[in-house]
Amino acid sequence: MKAQGIVHKYGDNVDTDVIIPARYLNTSSHSELASHCMEDIDIDFTKKVKNGDIMVAEKNFGCGSSREHAPIAIKASGISCVIASTFARIFYRNAINIGLPILECDTASKEIKSGDEVSVDFDTGIITDITTGKTYQAEPFPPFIQNIISDGGLINHVTK
Amino acid sequence: MGMTMSQKILAAHAGLDSVKAGQLIEAKLDMVLGNDITSPVAINVFNDGGACQVFDNTKIAMVMDHFTPNKDIKAAEQCAQVRRFADKYDIKNFYDVGQMGIEHALLPEKGLVGPGSLCIGADSHTCTYGALGAFSTGVGSTDMAAGMISGKAWFKVPSAIKFVLTGKPAEFISGKDVILHIIGMIGVDGALYKSMEFFGDGLQYLNIDDRLCIANMAIEAGAKNGIFPVDDITREYTNGRFKGEAKEYYADDDAEYDAEYIIDLSKLRPTVAFPHLPENARTVDEIGETEVKIDQAVIGSCTNGRITDLRAAAEILKGKKVANGVRCIIIPGTQSVYLQAMHEGLFDIFIEAGAVVSTPTCGPCLGGHMGILAKGERAVTTTNRNFVGRMGHVESEVYLASPAVAAASAVTGYITDPAKVR
Repeated sequence: MKAQGIVHKYGDNVDTDVIIPARYLNTSSHSELASHCMEDIDIDFTKKVKNGDIMVAEKNFGCGSSREHAPIAIKASGISCVIASTFARIFYRNAINIGLPILECDTASKEIKSGDEVSVDFDTGIITDITTGKTYQAEPFPPFIQNIISDGGLINHVTK
Repeated sequence: MGMTMSQKILAAHAGLDSVKAGQLIEAKLDMVLGNDITSPVAINVFNDGGACQVFDNTKIAMVMDHFTPNKDIKAAEQCAQVRRFADKYDIKNFYDVGQMGIEHALLPEKGLVGPGSLCIGADSHTCTYGALGAFSTGVGSTDMAAGMISGKAWFKVPSAIKFVLTGKPAEFISGKDVILHIIGMIGVDGALYKSMEFFGDGLQYLNIDDRLCIANMAIEAGAKNGIFPVDDITREYTNGRFKGEAKEYYADDDAEYDAEYIIDLSKLRPTVAFPHLPENARTVDEIGETEVKIDQAVIGSCTNGRITDLRAAAEILKGKKVANGVRCIIIPGTQSVYLQAMHEGLFDIFIEAGAVVSTPTCGPCLGGHMGILAKGERAVTTTNRNFVGRMGHVESEVYLASPAVAAASAVTGYITDPAKVR
């Protein structure tokens, strides 16, 4: 599985309240959630994001609430992968459970810049910044997570 | 190698003699929780997955607490969806307006969690129940749906940080000051993926509400869970209340910890977390008397909406008035706390001071309703998060504090040391 797209870059501690503010949690519609994604930290995000784009941030991405609406909003906005130095643990779980690919890579998260074109190989964990020509090695998903993803998410995994 | 308290509970629920940090396990769940925001997503996943029954209708709790009493039509539709699901599957612990409280105040009070329980909840503050000697952690809606179907969840066994609390806290120092101090010390990712385990002779001075408050905010340090050993204070609270079978798990003497901190509770001062992260902790001594002018004070939430929290606020507000230009909103955590506060005469104190008393709701904590901030406004609140836009406008500010500090600040109109208001 691979992804390729233009990078939208953010800093440390991007919390779920800025990914999808609670005032929009009165719906579970994926498209409606996507239309407010990142609104409180990057008002233009929904205008500039294109299908397949990649989100890169630094440490503790997705901290705060357990709202699954956060990875749903990111995925539904077209983002194909999130790369961060570290993820908050509930966000990490939720992203896997809904099938939003994520990778932890400290150097990639620090060096990759907004607007760079980046490709990701999920099987090997290799991240390539096509703009700068640099490559980075992230830890690929462990087998049990690959099984969840190959089953099409956690629910298919448990109801199989 | 020995195990921590958290590891022992996980091992027991996975049917294993022992587990170690990093191991992936599947464990049986004693309680699966959702609210009016996260349950609709879980119900959609449950239905899409083709499920047609729940694993145990007595081990699922659904609490309508976030946008209730329904703040708008969409919120009403979400509650209606959960109500229909609860009816269809005969969910025994469905709590609607009239019975509900803020979920993490309600579940311990109703005896749905207790010593040795393994609980997941589609709400990040599910870690609260570690105060009772349970392993309890927040998950998303898909995990909730899978838990409702199978009664199980997968876990990566966490390593732990040991916090040894010593000494007796001074007057006006509560659990909130302890946890804000700790988060200020280790940061918002200081315990990422780990357990925070609390020990020490100082625990004897922390009542059950203090402990629930401390465990509640473990997530604000990135932790998977926070947990206290069971002692007489726990037993006094859970005996006769907890509906399950209490099991006490204690850490082995040779359990390994990633780090150990010793905190002298007698040295702590009232502590406030400045915007926009809970780690931005300052003591009241580091805040100028007229440095932070406030527009609103909120006393309530799953962190500080319990009876001792309301008593602490009442002690400060008794015979005083809320400052001109300040809205003081008090939100008892559950119907039972509400009734008790009313019988103790606390509402007379609040209302005579010029505060308002709300029905239980998460409301303003997450910028839902019942106290939203305008552009440029500041609130001192006993809630748990002060992220950008958390309580309203993206340019508003939230300062986290104890009930005593919030009440004292409501009186002066500035963030204030409670000792100066008495």
